[in-house]
Amino acid sequence: MAAIINFIAFTESLINGYLKEIGFMVKNFFSTRKGIITVGAVIGILAPLLQKLGNPGNMGICVACFGRDIAGGLGLHRADVVQYLRPEIIGFVLGSLAAALIFKDYRARTGSAPFVRFILGVFAMIGALVFLGCPWRALLRLSGGDWNAILGLAGLICGIWIGTLFLKNGYNLGRTQKTHFSAGLLMPLVMAGFLILMLIYPQVAQEPKSGVLFYSVKGPGASHAPLFIAIGSGLIIGFIAQRSRFCTMGAFRDLILFKQVHLLSGVIALIAAALVMNLILGQFHMGFEKQPVAHNLHIWNFIGMALAGLAFALAGGCPGRQIFLSGEGDGDAAVFVFGMITGSAFAHNFGLASSPAGLGPHGMAAVAAGFAACLFIGFTMRKTI
Amino acid sequence: MSTTIDARGLSCPQPVLMFMDATKSSADKEFIVLVDSDASMENVSRAAESKNCTVTVTRQADEYRLDIVRPL
Repeated sequence: MAAIINFIAFTESLINGYLKEIGFMVKNFFSTRKGIITVGAVIGILAPLLQKLGNPGNMGICVACFGRDIAGGLGLHRADVVQYLRPEIIGFVLGSLAAALIFKDYRARTGSAPFVRFILGVFAMIGALVFLGCPWRALLRLSGGDWNAILGLAGLICGIWIGTLFLKNGYNLGRTQKTHFSAGLLMPLVMAGFLILMLIYPQVAQEPKSGVLFYSVKGPGASHAPLFIAIGSGLIIGFIAQRSRFCTMGAFRDLILFKQVHLLSGVIALIAAALVMNLILGQFHMGFEKQPVAHNLHIWNFIGMALAGLAFALAGGCPGRQIFLSGEGDGDAAVFVFGMITGSAFAHNFGLASSPAGLGPHGMAAVAAGFAACLFIGFTMRKTI
Repeated sequence: MSTTIDARGLSCPQPVLMFMDATKSSADKEFIVLVDSDASMENVSRAAESKNCTVTVTRQADEYRLDIVRPL
């Protein structure tokens, strides 16, 4: 025990000492316009490549789908087609932690209405699974020629716009508190634990279970890039996205609230890069019909993503951003992420998630409950600071 | 006179919203914004610079103090 405490103290002193120097020497290139465009382009290049290497169609990276797959891999739901501990997500958190430590941007903090954030995470995920994708996947679906994504993106922007109305009227979840250095390490440690579980219990061909972990033998959960390529890509994206604060929700929120296009330029770069990559790799297929892991119920693509957008706006970040925040010490973002994972378990256990066949049997009721919860949060949690 | 905005512990977009509101409600030329994350420091700086303000950033331990001066 004493050795662990000494190790943590040593790590902390190391960061406060040597690495601080490095952090100050390097100007944060990624916070510039060129930087955010670079990050969007890197995601836009890596995601279609991951798809080529095995990830599901138009799902090179999807934070919602991958969170849902993680819930399945852990057996929190038993939808046997979506069970896999996605290494990209593990890489996101660990890459973000590395960037935050090296550049002296790591701050262990928590206490800004964590349970509210958990609930927002639950309903954000439920909304995203009605559409079938997080904002990143909406962009990737668009750049793969899936026009259903246009409805999803329109819904996302509508939901964010509703969120900005609350923000303008004083909505906020209060201040965070500083906490123990080690408290902020818990999320990265949990992710490292998931990786260790994958190494101890690797996938066995055609077996639905390996030790404690569940593995899909068919469906999207069975489609995945090789583990080390997936985690490597995750680490790269986590590292640069932490530095740039890349956020799809923030892109539209800042445009609506402040007429700022900084984050939006990263989103546009992602679409452009992914479009070029999909054309090169032969993964571009235009149309509404027969798109991979998608349905074409236009109204529900719109409404599902509107719920997700509202929840993201109220929580202060898209799923990707929440994951990067959870890697740099933000305990509230970690609660949101686990809210999303829990939400996906509800979504599949209760029949709320859509599938290419259409809506889940209780998807509409869940979306209504989600809007009720978000509106309750938005209307009642206002405070003048 | 200067207006001080304590946005420590708040995450985006709150610090930017508070700064923007202050520039509307106050006639002061100088604003001091206190934040405790790099993201907030960058966001407030970007917002201020887009309004042609000059921004001077000072790091104090884990926090930042932004001295923002409005153009005449």
